[in-house]
Amino acid sequence: MNNKMGFQEFLGGMRAISPLIAAVIPIGLVFGAVAATKGLSPAEAGLMSALVFAGGSQFVAMDIWTHPASWTGVGFAALLVNIRHVLMSASLGTRIDGFSQPARYLSMLFLADEIWAMAEFRAKVARLTPAWFAGLVMPFYLAWVVSGIAGAGLGAFLGDPVVLGLDFAFPAVFIVLVMGFWKGPETGAVLLASGAAAVATQHFVPGVWYIAAGALAGLAAAMATGKERDVGVTP
Amino acid sequence: MTVDIATLVAILAMAAATVLTRLSGLVLIRHVSLEGSRRKAIESIPPAVLMAVVAPTAFATGIAETLACAVTAFAALRLPMLVSVALGVASVAILRALGL
Repeated sequence: MNNKMGFQEFLGGMRAISPLIAAVIPIGLVFGAVAATKGLSPAEAGLMSALVFAGGSQFVAMDIWTHPASWTGVGFAALLVNIRHVLMSASLGTRIDGFSQPARYLSMLFLADEIWAMAEFRAKVARLTPAWFAGLVMPFYLAWVVSGIAGAGLGAFLGDPVVLGLDFAFPAVFIVLVMGFWKGPETGAVLLASGAAAVATQHFVPGVWYIAAGALAGLAAAMATGKERDVGVTP
Repeated sequence: MTVDIATLVAILAMAAATVLTRLSGLVLIRHVSLEGSRRKAIESIPPAVLMAVVAPTAFATGIAETLACAVTAFAALRLPMLVSVALGVASVAILRALGL
C-alpha cells in the first residue's frame, strides 16, 4: 500500500471512531474525577489511563481502591474484568491476517472495547488495514488519557455525573453496538443467554464475575444453536 | 505531580493483567484451528461480550436505566450512533430527575 492510500485509510479510521470519542471524553472526565476523590493525583490518574487503557477495569479499581493501594486486589480485579479481552482478541485475531506479526501484537495492546467493536464492524464490510486500525487507536487513546488527567484536575468542579446522566454514555454506546451485530434469531439466542447469565451472576455473586459468565453463556448458546443446525442439514 | 510508589505498583499490576488478556486470545488462535462451528462461535463473541457488560445496567439497575436502554436501542435502528447515545443519556437524566 502506498503512503497516500495509507493516509486515506488512517483518516477513515479516525472518522469511524469520532462519535465514540465524543462519548468517551465525558467518561474519561468522570474517571478522573472519581480517581481524584480516591486520592489519586492527575499524574497517577493519567498514568493509569495510559498504561491500563481499559475503562471498565479502571472504574472497578476505583471502586475497590485502598490506601496504600493493594496491587493484588486491583490486579486481580483487572484480570477478571478484562478476561473478555481473551475472546475479543481471539475474534479480531482472525480478521487481521494482513497485519505483520509485530503489528498484530502491537494492535492488541490497544484493544479497548470501543476500538475492538469498530474494528470488528470494519472487518465485516472491508479489509481491515493497519492504517485504518491506527486511525481508530491514536485519537481515542489520546482522548482517554487527556480527559482522565483533566477530570482528575477539575475534580469536584464537574458536578455529579449521575445527575447529568453521563455515567450512561458507556452502556449506551454498547447498546448501539449490540444492535449492529444483530444477524437474526441465532443472535437473539446469544443475547438472551448472555444477558440472563450476566444478570443472574451479578445478583448472586459479588464482584465482576458477571461479565465473564455472560460472555461464556452467550458463546455456549452460539455453539448449541450451531450444532443444532449441523444436525439439521446432515442426514 | 506526585506518583505514590504503591499506586504505581498497583497500576503496573493492572496493566500487566490487561496486556495478558489482550495478547492471549491472539496466542490461543495460533494453536487452535477455527473451522465450522468454532468459526460460528467466534462470530458470536462480539454480541455475547457486549451484552454481558450492559445487561446489569439494562435489566437490574432501575426503571430509568431500563427505559433509557430501550430508547437507545430503538434509536440505534434508525439514527447514527452519536445521536442514539445522546438520546439515551438525555432520557436517563430526565427519567432520574422525575424520580424513576
